[in-house]
Amino acid sequence: MKMKVFVAALAATVALGAVPALADLTMPSLSYRTGPYAPNGIPFADGYADYWTLLNERDGGIEGVKVKNIECETAYNTQQGVECYESTKGEGSLAYQPLSTGITYQLIPKATADGIPIHSMGYGRTSAANGTVFPNVFNFPGTYWDAASIIIKYAMEQEGGSLKGKKVALVYHNSAYGKEPIRTLEKLAEKHGYSLMLLPVDHPGQEQKATWLQVRREKPDYVIMWGWGVMNQVAIKEAASIRYPMDHFIGGWWSGAETDVLPAGDVADGYKSINFHSVGNDFPIYSDLQKYVYDAGKAAGDGSNAGTVLYNRGMAAAMWAAEAARTAMKIHGTKDLTPPMMRDGYEALNVDEARLNELGLPGFTVPVKVTCANHGGPGLGLIQQWDAKAKSWKIVSDFIGADREVVDELIVEDSMAYAKENNITPRECK
Amino acid sequence: MSYLIETILSGLLAGVMYSLVALGFVLIFKASQIFNFAQGVLCLFAALTLASLMLGNTPFSELLHTLGLPNDWMPVVPIWIAVPITILVMIGLAFVIERFVLRYLVNQEPIILFMATIGLAYVLEGMGDLMWGSDVKPLSVGLPEGALDWMFDRFDIYVDKLEIAAAVVATVLVIALSLFSQYTRIGRALRAVADDHQAALSVGISLRTIWIIVWSIAGFVALVAGTMWGAKSGVQFSLSLIALKALPVLILGGFTSIPGAILGGLIIGVGEKLAELYAGPYIGGAIENWFAYVLALAFLLVRPQGLFGERIIERV
Repeated sequence: MKMKVFVAALAATVALGAVPALADLTMPSLSYRTGPYAPNGIPFADGYADYWTLLNERDGGIEGVKVKNIECETAYNTQQGVECYESTKGEGSLAYQPLSTGITYQLIPKATADGIPIHSMGYGRTSAANGTVFPNVFNFPGTYWDAASIIIKYAMEQEGGSLKGKKVALVYHNSAYGKEPIRTLEKLAEKHGYSLMLLPVDHPGQEQKATWLQVRREKPDYVIMWGWGVMNQVAIKEAASIRYPMDHFIGGWWSGAETDVLPAGDVADGYKSINFHSVGNDFPIYSDLQKYVYDAGKAAGDGSNAGTVLYNRGMAAAMWAAEAARTAMKIHGTKDLTPPMMRDGYEALNVDEARLNELGLPGFTVPVKVTCANHGGPGLGLIQQWDAKAKSWKIVSDFIGADREVVDELIVEDSMAYAKENNITPRECK
Repeated sequence: MSYLIETILSGLLAGVMYSLVALGFVLIFKASQIFNFAQGVLCLFAALTLASLMLGNTPFSELLHTLGLPNDWMPVVPIWIAVPITILVMIGLAFVIERFVLRYLVNQEPIILFMATIGLAYVLEGMGDLMWGSDVKPLSVGLPEGALDWMFDRFDIYVDKLEIAAAVVATVLVIALSLFSQYTRIGRALRAVADDHQAALSVGISLRTIWIIVWSIAGFVALVAGTMWGAKSGVQFSLSLIALKALPVLILGGFTSIPGAILGGLIIGVGEKLAELYAGPYIGGAIENWFAYVLALAFLLVRPQGLFGERIIERV
């Protein structure tokens, strides 16, 4: 009898083994929930994780294949970020979202050699938008240079169409990230006749008195900020303290979250920043998140970040990754994805308004269509303004397009220089 | 001219903020010859506790959430209760540090004690994160903020009200510490230990008690410094890095002198602001952080013990 049971069990095991089980889709999250930049890292990581939880709980994953979100703590430290990449790539990681320009720069050659796609969504190396040189890197829906040019366009609109003779100051995080928009702003200064003043702030930016005394002395017409972490909060307070008009103070899209303005209190009222997605939680997807994630006690972190700017951004990153995976499955006719397949999915990604509607995200962000040559997306951005009384962001502009003439030329110039330095022959895109 | 005055005033007031952090280092070093690497984290921990109590954050909220336990039961604590509770927490912390770290390191080399405080810094930072979370916590303790209106409107000179408040608080703190060390029994015992450990022990002063008292006072000073810096930027983990601002102050002012910490702070504050504003634009800017160290190191060439530090002459 025992023998019969054993044989039956063995047969069952073999039979089950004969049908290969689909492996989970591994989506690593290089997050930072500790250290000086944690207040920004946490909501993004929560939004990213909650979107995967929603897909797993509501739909059984992507096309029936569960998603495994593995978090690795980088503390926004480049070295730790690279270690995270090395320690997680062996787990079948399909795509990386480093959430750090410094880490992205380090991972570009590594991930390219390993054939794993990187999606540095609105950050990282701007010229990676050129897909002919950077086949594995995607930075849609817009680049730093797009953002800088959109801010200048918006300022021009505010000034009746011209910035000629005006003074623009850039207060920036003195790092690879903070320095990214300088070239574009310099080029645009030549084109539009404004003078540019550069004011670097060293990490972490807790003390900025000297920077803002310079702003007081030079009295720029607009101050643009490329900050991250505590630098943003201190800058907003200092600007208010010197009575700089807050509606002429415009942050990049990594300087426009609730966590940047709330500590400043009422004085942050009127501060503006660019964004590439909508704000708040007035989208149908949030009722599903409530039902399948929050009420089920499966929210990442303590669940308090839902609807915030960076939470929504984390969700957007996961949404595009999920759609890229879906696209990859269609292209390759399999649900068992590999990183190169995922790359193909990213490159053929087309999330239009209709698809955003289906996802419960109508009007949430810009429609994105990635091509072989253009990995940077449409390069659109809107301006949001902080309402300190209501403690919420109000969108005060339509989506504005970047100055493609200037930005595209810079992208080609920089990416070709990179290709030359690294002996890369740009691929042909039909 | 008004710009120069503004720069000097801002530098002096920023220097006071650095001095507040430096004071904690000096107190501990004076009494125990320990360079307390964890002083910046003590500032963070104290400010985190105060802000979290005032916001009604439940301690270990995320852990409780993970365990499926209620994590929203903490009431909002008014400031007049939150401050004494935070002071008690800092005193409790001093007990714990003495009991579990320092007690076992008596008579060890200073470098061992220094290494222990590095470990302590990481443990405290992790504990702060676990207890109160990593989000930015606004801290409003009723301190004035923004430009001093009459200076701004009349003379077009910008001076931050918060920093003036910090200067007043620092003055009161230094006077209180001086009176405490001059006129109280415990203060005299502290001075005796600072002068000569062995002699103090021989007359019956308990080194362990002294260490607890000194770490408690340093914890209180950390609370004051953390509150001032937290009111400026919100309480967040980058606050622990303000210790880096205190180091050049200590090098310049000496590790054993309270007036040195104050004067050192003022010199560093003014020096770095003048350098940033007048030399920075010619060499790319963002020089104030490293310039403070250049200034301090240049000073060391002339006076190795710092402004008011004790000159140590060891004959071999």
